Amino acid sequence: MLSEDEVKEIIASFGGDRRYVMRILQEIQRRVGYLPKENLKMVAELLDVPLAKVYGVATFFHQFRLRPHGRHIVQFCFGTACYVKGNDKLWEWLRRKLGLKPGEDTTADLRFTLQKVRCFGCCSMAPVIKVDGDIYGNMTKEKLEEVLRRYA
Amino acid sequence: MLRSPTTSEYEVIERFYRAKDVMFGGHDYRITVGVSTCSMAKGAHLVLKKVEEEVARRGINARVVRVGCNGMCFSENMVEIIDHEGSWAVYAYVTPERVSRMLDGYFSGSSRGVFAFRVKGGSLMDEERVPYIYEIPFYGKQVRRVLRFMGIVNPLSIEEYEALGGYSGLKRALRLTPDEVIDIVIRSKLRGRGGAGFPTGLKWKLVREAKGDVKYLICNADEGDPGAFMNRLTAEGNPHIIIEGMIIAAYAVGASKGFVFVRAEKPLMADMLARAIEQARDKGYLGREILRRDFDFDIEVILSAGAFVCGEETAMIAAIEGAATARGGRCSPTPRPPYPAEKGLFYKPTLVNNVETYAQVAYLFQAGLEDFISVGTENSKGTKVFCLAGSIRYTGAVEVPIGITLRELIFEIGGGVPKGRRFKAVQIGGPSGGCLPKAYIDYPLDYEQLKSLGAIMGSGGIIVIDDKSCIVDVARYFLKFTVTESCGQCTPCRIGLRHMLEIMNRITEGKGTEEDLIRLERLGNVIAKTSLCGLGKTAPNPVLTTLRYFREEYEEHVKQRKCRAGKCMKLRAR
Ligand SMILES: Cc1cc2nc3c(=O)[nH]c(=O)nc-3n(C[C@H](O)[C@H](O)[C@H](O)COP(=O)(O)O)c2cc1C
Repeated sequence: MLSEDEVKEIIASFGGDRRYVMRILQEIQRRVGYLPKENLKMVAELLDVPLAKVYGVATFFHQFRLRPHGRHIVQFCFGTACYVKGNDKLWEWLRRKLGLKPGEDTTADLRFTLQKVRCFGCCSMAPVIKVDGDIYGNMTKEKLEEVLRRYA
Repeated sequence: MLRSPTTSEYEVIERFYRAKDVMFGGHDYRITVGVSTCSMAKGAHLVLKKVEEEVARRGINARVVRVGCNGMCFSENMVEIIDHEGSWAVYAYVTPERVSRMLDGYFSGSSRGVFAFRVKGGSLMDEERVPYIYEIPFYGKQVRRVLRFMGIVNPLSIEEYEALGGYSGLKRALRLTPDEVIDIVIRSKLRGRGGAGFPTGLKWKLVREAKGDVKYLICNADEGDPGAFMNRLTAEGNPHIIIEGMIIAAYAVGASKGFVFVRAEKPLMADMLARAIEQARDKGYLGREILRRDFDFDIEVILSAGAFVCGEETAMIAAIEGAATARGGRCSPTPRPPYPAEKGLFYKPTLVNNVETYAQVAYLFQAGLEDFISVGTENSKGTKVFCLAGSIRYTGAVEVPIGITLRELIFEIGGGVPKGRRFKAVQIGGPSGGCLPKAYIDYPLDYEQLKSLGAIMGSGGIIVIDDKSCIVDVARYFLKFTVTESCGQCTPCRIGLRHMLEIMNRITEGKGTEEDLIRLERLGNVIAKTSLCGLGKTAPNPVLTTLRYFREEYEEHVKQRKCRAGKCMKLRAR
């Protein structure tokens, strides 16, 4: 969570302009890794806009998350090419393997957070996953296991 | 079998050698490695590093350059070794481990150690010669304009782009009056490449004639269609062609400020564009009194936090304005009219065009009107970049004349479906598009034709679907996509699509009835007619087209409780 001063500083860097909610939230998430509830409240108060509206922005865009995540973020592409090449099955398989219950996206040991992503536009390498910013293509169960071992 | 390069392909090679000093920078060789987001999935950045190390270790007098991708995704990673005499060696499937052998082979004068480029019918290489890239059949039907310097030019060097002829289009345009520029765009019959295919020249004219003390320009680089990556590829491989087109457009319509709207999911694309903008500013192509004319214009990159609907122009404008306060927290589309051309960003006249549209404009002014209209159909001229993915042998990005057939695209360029699979359908235009069966693959690809078949050109994503995929499940996939992406402001889209999805779920779970098929059609047509924006208007397309062309498969699901592809787990496969 950022302190009120830090949030103030971010808001000031956007000229205190209430139009820039999306970009202010992007900056908070860049620093914290997610959007803590307290910080959303601060943004609403400091910009003098209703919290519901700030919350609206935070839930509208895919990039934002409201809960902390694990040490490594594993993103599965759910673009068309990845879908027809079976990334949905890999996704289900990995969730089962990691013991994630419906509604959960992070493992109990906080090692991995699993996310679905729209499309990385690497369709020719389908199915594709991304771990902490590194892209891996032509995934199979075996390759997935091998890749995840590299992220402790 | 090798083909012969065409005149315009020779011209690119000629331009390259005319720009020798810049391209080689005094070295004996130029070695390029294609690096973009997708090739990095295959370790292109590691190949680049290895080439740099090996070149240094061996003391080879070569300039190692990072370039973008040439669209041949299936053969990544690609390395090219070019000398002063016109030998241009293309290496495919290079891994970091193979770099050493590749260099051994090249510098010992043999083609051994070259990783053969396999195409239908065996190896493309004879023992002695390494082919020109244009001799590869994948290039056969292509006419590369937007992509012509891709994989050749260093995207981070404005000097290289200029040396190849870049920014000559801007210089040419600035010698004309804005009205003359617009007249050329109108006569080029260029249509928007972002989906709807609106005539670009006409849009420019509307913005030019709209009243307003300030005018804005937006480059739509949202590229939210799953299956489309041509905008990303272009921006990563040759960002300057986009910037050049934007500046020409700004001059023509009288805009003083431009924005590029890019997704945060595509960070490399955003970064390349931002760097290109800086370089253009340093060269005086952006800023005050551009090329000493009475013309000020600058561009800013805006990172979107990602929402499909923000690709729609009015929603995008809301997002750039920071609509949180103005429009209730979300960036939802607004009814048109007023069109952005009249009242757009901050209620000022605003030009919105797609990445590829701007790049086509740059080419138009570089090559001239005659050249531009030399390919295409009666109603739309020029080329379109398509992305080939899914069940196809040669995946990648290709640029072909508008009016080419799907057969040429998928079977001649793309090599058809992989061995052991059978072609079932082709999906064009993403979640707003449709699925076409084999019977239609000989129709010319243009805006009207596709529309009459129930599909759309869209951004140009082409996904080939084989017999292992269930067509009902594919339609359901797209519907699920649009249901989650609906902004929720208008009822047909918010409730109607959800209802369609429930029916589709029932069908794939083996609980569907024949009435469900009729219900789907009725609902789909109502949603298409009554939704506020293009998302809802087109979202039923995947279901409606599959119902139209693959009804049998739906009927099998509801009557016989059977899924012939074996994808719908709760149904039997035979
Ligand atoms: C839901 C929806 C998503 C869209 N996404 C994009 C997109 O990602 N890129 C794009 O250029 N146009 C997109 N469009 C079309 C834009 O609204 C607009 O027509 C286009 O940017 C105009 O540029 P053009 O005339 O150069 O094609 C989308 C439209 C809708 C309805």
